[in-house]
Amino acid sequence: MAFRVLVGVKRVIDYAVKVRVKPDKSGVVTDGVKHSMNPFCEIALEEAVRLKEKSLASEVIAVSCGPQQCQEVIRTALAIGADRGIHVEVPANDELGPLQVSKVFAALVKKEDVGLVLLGKQAIDDDCNQTGQMIAGLLDWSQGTFVSEMTVEGETLKVVREVDGGLETVRLKLPSVITADLRLNEPRYATLPNIMKAKKKRLDVLKIKDLGVELSPRFQVLSIDEPPQREAGVTVESTADLVKKLKEIGKI
Amino acid sequence: MPITTAHLKPETSVEEKESTEASSSFAANIFMGRLVTKQVLPYPQALNEEQQQELKELVSPVSRFFKEINNPAANEAAEAVEEGTMAGLREMGAFGLQVPMQYGGLGLRNTQYARLVEEVGAADLAVGIVLGAHQSIGYKAILLYGTEEQKKQYLPRLASGEQMAAFCLTEPASGSDAASIKTYAKPSPCGQYFTLSGNKLWISNGGTAEVFTVFAKTPVPGDKEKISAFIVERGFGGVTSGPPEKKMGIKASNTAEVSFDNVRVPASNLLGELGSGFKVAMNVLNNGRFGMAAALSGTMKSAIACAVEHANNRVQFGRKINEFGAIQEKLARATTMQYATESMAYLLSANMDAGSTDYQIEAAISKVFASEAAWNVVDESLQILGGMGYMQECGMEKMLRDLRIFRIFEGTNDILRLFIALTGMQRAGTHLQGLQKAIRSPFSQPSLLTSELSRRARRRMGLGTGQSLKGKIHPELDEIGKELVGCITTLGSTIEALLMKHGKRIIDQQFHLKCVAEATMDIYAMIAVISRTSRTLELHLPSAQHEKLLCETFCLEASERVVHNLQAATSSRTGLVFRNMALITAALSQHGGTVHSHPISF
Repeated sequence: MAFRVLVGVKRVIDYAVKVRVKPDKSGVVTDGVKHSMNPFCEIALEEAVRLKEKSLASEVIAVSCGPQQCQEVIRTALAIGADRGIHVEVPANDELGPLQVSKVFAALVKKEDVGLVLLGKQAIDDDCNQTGQMIAGLLDWSQGTFVSEMTVEGETLKVVREVDGGLETVRLKLPSVITADLRLNEPRYATLPNIMKAKKKRLDVLKIKDLGVELSPRFQVLSIDEPPQREAGVTVESTADLVKKLKEIGKI
Repeated sequence: MPITTAHLKPETSVEEKESTEASSSFAANIFMGRLVTKQVLPYPQALNEEQQQELKELVSPVSRFFKEINNPAANEAAEAVEEGTMAGLREMGAFGLQVPMQYGGLGLRNTQYARLVEEVGAADLAVGIVLGAHQSIGYKAILLYGTEEQKKQYLPRLASGEQMAAFCLTEPASGSDAASIKTYAKPSPCGQYFTLSGNKLWISNGGTAEVFTVFAKTPVPGDKEKISAFIVERGFGGVTSGPPEKKMGIKASNTAEVSFDNVRVPASNLLGELGSGFKVAMNVLNNGRFGMAAALSGTMKSAIACAVEHANNRVQFGRKINEFGAIQEKLARATTMQYATESMAYLLSANMDAGSTDYQIEAAISKVFASEAAWNVVDESLQILGGMGYMQECGMEKMLRDLRIFRIFEGTNDILRLFIALTGMQRAGTHLQGLQKAIRSPFSQPSLLTSELSRRARRRMGLGTGQSLKGKIHPELDEIGKELVGCITTLGSTIEALLMKHGKRIIDQQFHLKCVAEATMDIYAMIAVISRTSRTLELHLPSAQHEKLLCETFCLEASERVVHNLQAATSSRTGLVFRNMALITAALSQHGGTVHSHPISF
């Protein structure tokens, strides 16, 4: 039986942008910086669209939480093949962490009668890698994380997980939460005609309060710093020189 | 691809005379020393919020496609765009960007098209030519002049990229002088078809296209022979194409000779009116020039990024080379040129989107300016990379070879310079004639006379013409604005002097015309830059102060060039140089090469 799929599409600073820290160390510069869909979310979305194309999914809903501009990412998702979008409006990203987003998703799952949640394994901005696990916890659903292969088998999912030291194959009972790893698929490009057509697709905007989720941060960011600059190295002529140098700088 | 000198002759039609007075074209008016800012200030915004948003969504997949899928080096080696890339482009909708949606295209406006081809130009100009020869000129005539039936019949398959299109004007003996084409289309006695024969040379997509826009002479009842435009399908029979030409650059784009041997073309495939082909050809070319400026803005941006990266990392004499003045001059000037080209491209596309039809001078300027700016910028960027730049591996030499053609095709820059100068001067001439008439019978147009006389009186007294940009541009740019107005005033008086001196013979004074064209181009570039920077300053964009630097730098150099060129146009010193050049060339022609004796005598 076909189920409804909820896909998370996070808006992040584009992977090609060189990220700069704000002078007051409160965060990174986002004004005027190119943003796009988190690459792992693209993979999750591609998998969802493929499920739809194989008639295994009845509908694909793309969800993004954050400011107004998140709708751009949702539009891209619609162009790639999601059927409709939900934007959960939160004025600034600062207040959103994995826990808040998980609560939003859990609420939407109930509201929309969802059978499968597909997410990227992590976002390239904060690298939290927590949202999928938290959603599964909140819903008390099965979870398959770091998935590189996925097959629907009746009421179950067979997934291959990329774990340290190898691959793990597990069978999950639906409904379930899946987070996509890099090798799950190669996401397609949004084509220009599909981008134009996507304008006609439905995009609902919800306030986070409408879902009964509170934005009470559980932690406080103290400071954000640039990684230390790598200092120029020196070339040594021989092993003896190397040992001498290392002694000089007190490493041995 | 050509534009003809026949087009340059100042035969003023009644229609044009009327439009002279009413013209809101900035460039047309500066020939009369007039500052008309309707089209240029404030910097026009063609797109509403929704279109802007839509464009934003379109740009990133295009840019990603060119970064991740298209392989310029592989295309060049194969002398064809790789099939995978072509398939991707078709799927992407890249072959029908401006075709209305009801015919299967994306229905983009000029500004949106410009922004997308900028991405193409940044990545691979050869692919740019394949796409441009198809939609910017190949089937543009169907879009602009096609009947409903013709559009329905041809646009869907062309917009999808299922079939390619090509624009066939140039012939072995007809380049810049397009009116001299020999291809002939003879109407059948029954009136049902034309029999078309002739050879077309150096046709982009000539070997791959299925649909051709072909220009041929036709008999016109009650008139002499005139050029008409036709839609010709390869499938009609009698259409053959030669082998792909071996070229300096844009190797992945197919260029071939196309021969038409007694091709039977249905009368319903006539494009536009019988005998209107010349107008069709010129308007197609005129209509596509903004796209070149946009594409080359992208090319320059890529080259600059590459040069900056090198300059940031390369250490010589113990310092990063970006600390050296010699490098700074190159990078900074390259950036001002890119900034000016980009400002022009989007100014022009916005004017076109706003429905202006009087933009032919601006379009010609944009093509010439962009192609020469790009040549200089990429050349200097390559120079910054030194030996590395000369290596194929870095991609810069390919960029340079690819973009060389832009100074040649679709109207050589030399012909376009004459076109710019003469089109403007023709209008100024008409204006002068009107003035002379008004002087003879001062009561017929008293207002024209008084305003003009007071303007001249002020000019002679060194008071300026009372024209000013104050209040129309950001106050921080007022000083530069004054320089620009000064340039415009001098251009007006120089043109008047040239017209007084040479009269109609001005068309043959190509040395002088070139100086006028140079000055005109710099003035248009200045207003484009000033207008754009003004907007940036008003909006307090983060880059505002940097852009002010670019604006100031560009305009100071440009206004110096204007002064120099306008002096050259009238001074006796340069007059001597011009006469000498004619003599030198006459001697060369006679000797079949250089005439001077060798320093070691053999």
